[in-house]
Amino acid sequence: MKYIEPHAHMVSRTTDDYQAMAMAGCEIICEPAFWAGFDRTSAQGFYDYYCQLTQYEPARAAKFGIDHYSWLCINPKEAEDSGFAREVMQIIPEFLDKPNVLGIGEIGLNKNSKSELVIFEEHVQLALSHDLPILIHTPHLEDKRKGTLLILDALKNARVDPSKVIIDHVEEHTIKPVLDAGFWAGMTLYPESKCSHARAIDMLECYGMEQIWMNSACDWGVSDPLAVVKCALEMRKRQHLEQTIQKAIYDNPKQFLSQSKHFKA
Amino acid sequence: MPSKNEILDLYFMDNRHKLIDIAAFLDRLDRHDGDADFRHPAFLQALQAMLAPGDQSRAEAVLNALSDHSTEPIDKATIQGAVGACPPAEKQ
Repeated sequence: MKYIEPHAHMVSRTTDDYQAMAMAGCEIICEPAFWAGFDRTSAQGFYDYYCQLTQYEPARAAKFGIDHYSWLCINPKEAEDSGFAREVMQIIPEFLDKPNVLGIGEIGLNKNSKSELVIFEEHVQLALSHDLPILIHTPHLEDKRKGTLLILDALKNARVDPSKVIIDHVEEHTIKPVLDAGFWAGMTLYPESKCSHARAIDMLECYGMEQIWMNSACDWGVSDPLAVVKCALEMRKRQHLEQTIQKAIYDNPKQFLSQSKHFKA
Repeated sequence: MPSKNEILDLYFMDNRHKLIDIAAFLDRLDRHDGDADFRHPAFLQALQAMLAPGDQSRAEAVLNALSDHSTEPIDKATIQGAVGACPPAEKQ
C-alpha cells in the first residue's frame, strides 16, 4: 500500500532501509533536522548536516524512487547554549529555498529549560517571517506533559496559525490539548517508548481522523523504519476500511505537507 | 468495529504476557538488595492510577502519574535524557 513516512531520520539508516520502505509502498519520506546522538561543536558541523539533508539524502532516496523532503533547525537538545544555537540559526535561511525544504523543524523542548524555550520561540519567529510550516518535537517521558503545555502557551503567544503546525510525539495525555487548540498531532510508533501500534489506533478511534498522522521517527536508536506500514496492517486487523487507512498514512500527511510551497505529491 | 471478544482475540495473549512481565519485574525488585530510588514508588503509583483512573482513560492516568506536573521552565538543563518518572521534588 502506498504511504508517506512524514518523520524519519534517514541519515542514521542503512540503504537496506530505503529498499525495504520502497518495497513496502513508501513514496515520500520527510526528514526533520535532529540531534545526532552527540553534540556538534561548531556551526560548520550544522552547515554540513544541512547540506546532507538537502543534497545527499534526496539523491540517496531517489535511487529507490522515493521523494525526500527535509525540515531545518537546531534541535532542542543542542539549544541549551543559546549563543551557539543562534550562530547555527543564522545559517538556516540560506537553505530555505532548497527544493526539498518544507519548513522549520523539529524544534521544541527537551528538558523544558528557559534557554530551550527562548530558542524555540526564535525558531517560531523564523518560520513566521518566511511563512513556513512548523514541525514540533515534544519532550520524552516524564517531561512530555509539561513541555507540551509550555509549547502550546508559546505558540498561542506567537499567534501562529495552528493549521500550519504539527506537534509530534503526542500520547494519550497530550493529544487532546493539541487537537483542541487546532494544531495537527503526530503519533510516533516506537518499539520501546512513545506509542505502540495498538495505542496509536486507539487514539485514532477516540479522537478521529482529522489533523493527525503517524510516523516511525526512525533514527540511530531502537526504532522501526517500517512502523507506519505495520500499523496500517494492524488497522486492517482492527477492521478499519481501506479508505480510512489511506487517510491515516497518505492523505492526511499529504494535506498537511501541501502547505509547504516545495511539497509535490 | 471489532467486538470486545474480537479485541480479546487480537490482544489478550500479548497483554497477558506483558502483565506477567510486570508482576515478575516487581518480584525481582523485591528480591534484590539495596534501596530502590523514586522510580519504584512512581511505578506502583502508576499501577494504582491505572486501577482507579477517575475521569481519565487508564492510559492517560498512567502517563499523568509518571509526568512532571510543574509549570515553569527549569533554569538550566543539566542532563539531556529522561528516566520515565519524576523525582519527588519536581513532581509537585
